[in-house]
Amino acid sequence: MAEQRHTWPPLLELTLVRFREFIRQPEALFWVFAFPLILAIALGFAFRDRAPERIPVGVIEGVTEDLLVALEQSPALTPRIYPESAGREALRTGKISLLIDRDEAIVFVFDPTRPESRTARLETDDALQRAAGRKDLVPVENRESREPGSRYIDFLIPGLLGMNLMGTGMWGVGFSVATSRMQKLLKRLAATPMRKSDYFLSHMLSRLLFLFLEVVVIVAFGWIVFDVAVRGSILLLTVVSLIGAFTFCGLGLLTASRAQTIEGVSGLMNLVMVPMWILSGVFFSSERFPDTMQPFIKALPLTALNDALRAVMIEGSGLMAVAAEIGILALWCVLSFVVALRIFRWN
Amino acid sequence: MRPWSFILHRIMTAVAATDVSAGFAIRARGLRKTYPGVVAVDHLDLEVGSGECFGLLGPNGAGKTTTIEMLEGLTRPDEGEIEVLGRSWRHDAAEIRQKIGLSLQETQLNDKLTVYETIRMFRSFYSRGRDPDAVLSSLALDEKRNARVGKLSGGQKQRLAVATALVGEPQVLFLDEPTTGLDPQSRLELWEQIRRFRETGGTVLITTHYMDEAERLCDRVAIVDHGRIIALGTPQELIGSLEASKVIELATEPELESGLLTGVAGVSGIHRRGPNWSLNVDSLVDTVPAVLRMIEQQRVRLVYLTTHNATLEDLFVSLTGRELRES
Repeated sequence: MAEQRHTWPPLLELTLVRFREFIRQPEALFWVFAFPLILAIALGFAFRDRAPERIPVGVIEGVTEDLLVALEQSPALTPRIYPESAGREALRTGKISLLIDRDEAIVFVFDPTRPESRTARLETDDALQRAAGRKDLVPVENRESREPGSRYIDFLIPGLLGMNLMGTGMWGVGFSVATSRMQKLLKRLAATPMRKSDYFLSHMLSRLLFLFLEVVVIVAFGWIVFDVAVRGSILLLTVVSLIGAFTFCGLGLLTASRAQTIEGVSGLMNLVMVPMWILSGVFFSSERFPDTMQPFIKALPLTALNDALRAVMIEGSGLMAVAAEIGILALWCVLSFVVALRIFRWN
Repeated sequence: MRPWSFILHRIMTAVAATDVSAGFAIRARGLRKTYPGVVAVDHLDLEVGSGECFGLLGPNGAGKTTTIEMLEGLTRPDEGEIEVLGRSWRHDAAEIRQKIGLSLQETQLNDKLTVYETIRMFRSFYSRGRDPDAVLSSLALDEKRNARVGKLSGGQKQRLAVATALVGEPQVLFLDEPTTGLDPQSRLELWEQIRRFRETGGTVLITTHYMDEAERLCDRVAIVDHGRIIALGTPQELIGSLEASKVIELATEPELESGLLTGVAGVSGIHRRGPNWSLNVDSLVDTVPAVLRMIEQQRVRLVYLTTHNATLEDLFVSLTGRELRES
């Protein structure tokens, strides 16, 4: 009797199953596609380009009120009049960045750890000295630069892409594996002739499908709404995204390789992901952390991914410039898969 | 049926059940499995003939599931040898998996998939097997073909679990408490499925804590308690092994002392069964009047009285002093 083929090969069937279980969860679709766009819109508008804001500074009623006219000449300052105690209160609560008092000389009261206060001090000093007749000794000219690529949104879009690749890779694989183990579905599958490698590969292949959609949606959105262009090669961007996605797929598998409950896997996921959200330069540059931490931060997979994505998208770097980051990602990818497969539990 | 053909049939079934060299679908020797603080299975031997339906009967925690999962290759025994279809898990696991089908206790299949998608996925794992649609219709699931697994009733889910076991055209079917929690109608349907599978020559190993299920389905039954087989045979043999073949159950107010009941002529055993006393007797016509006379003399009120033929449940009670479902 000729054997009739009723199905596609197991790897394809399993990949289809992964694909179906994902698209049939509306909440997953929200987190993968809608959430990063909402974040981009919110942050993009919060930090959009606009005329530099005037810094509020305070003068004290009757004491330094006479300086008001000179301060109003400055394009950088908004002077306000306060009674003395109210002025100190306003400074303390951050309503003004600097309070101008008078002792024998004029006294600037401000907190030097606040960048805005330091700017306010310079601008106030400048305004008062100019009003008193100071002239520049060295002639200078200001030329403002607003090139695309230097804005916050240009920094943000690659970071969001990196964060999303991490989140969907880890949650997508981790939840599916942990749920299946909890429901004893993994045990049931282990009792069939299914090849174990097909199961793991199906997770990677289905990620590939969604990866494509995620990258296209986020990059296209940044381009259309915020005019964030991809300066480097699209092919290299694809390669970097791909290896990043596989790396976090592996980390997701590793995180879920033994977890017996959803709570357990959620906790582990957060333990892995939250530090990287903060350290790896999603919303602000990781350069802000102390030098002693930099080697550790650079070794994190999300830092490598974000740095590589930014280099390709914003700086237009080529393969050689991001080879180190790709190397770090590849190492994480291989390591996490090897360990995950070794310690994976089917029941 | 003519006497000689009846005798021939008996001889042939006896031969089939005792043919050691070729006829075994499952053989296990000296199986032992311990978990921290518990001996789950304790030197258990088992032989299931090809084409036989074999039942593992016992209370929860007796070691039935650990035993069946060792036979299914899911749990590695600490000690002992297992052969399924003449092959060992150690060397031929992939080959055995192609030839067995199983349903675990409490597997939840993927809620997001449809019935057809589920069965299709399982079919893809086997190098040969049945058409997924044919399996679904044989289990009366064709109407639910495109329904999500999450929307199925308990009975339908159980049928789907059996469908995943049958779709690879197995030679041996392992069913771990397949009817627990099912309504009577679904149980009957499942029994019918098992019968049909056996008509194709398949071997079945089933665990259950339902006596009637074991009596009606199984050729032979092993009663398991504390990880050991405490009785083995056909349901008829096992029931016949009871010293007394009838059972009287009764309750009185106030309660009688057991000594008074054992003192009645013809009572060969007495056990507690919930609020009742359960008496093993040979003859109802002799013993029932004697028991009633004693109750009258004691001036207690009879509140419950029933009699029945001894069942596997009675055997279990007489072997262990406990009820199957209480522990």
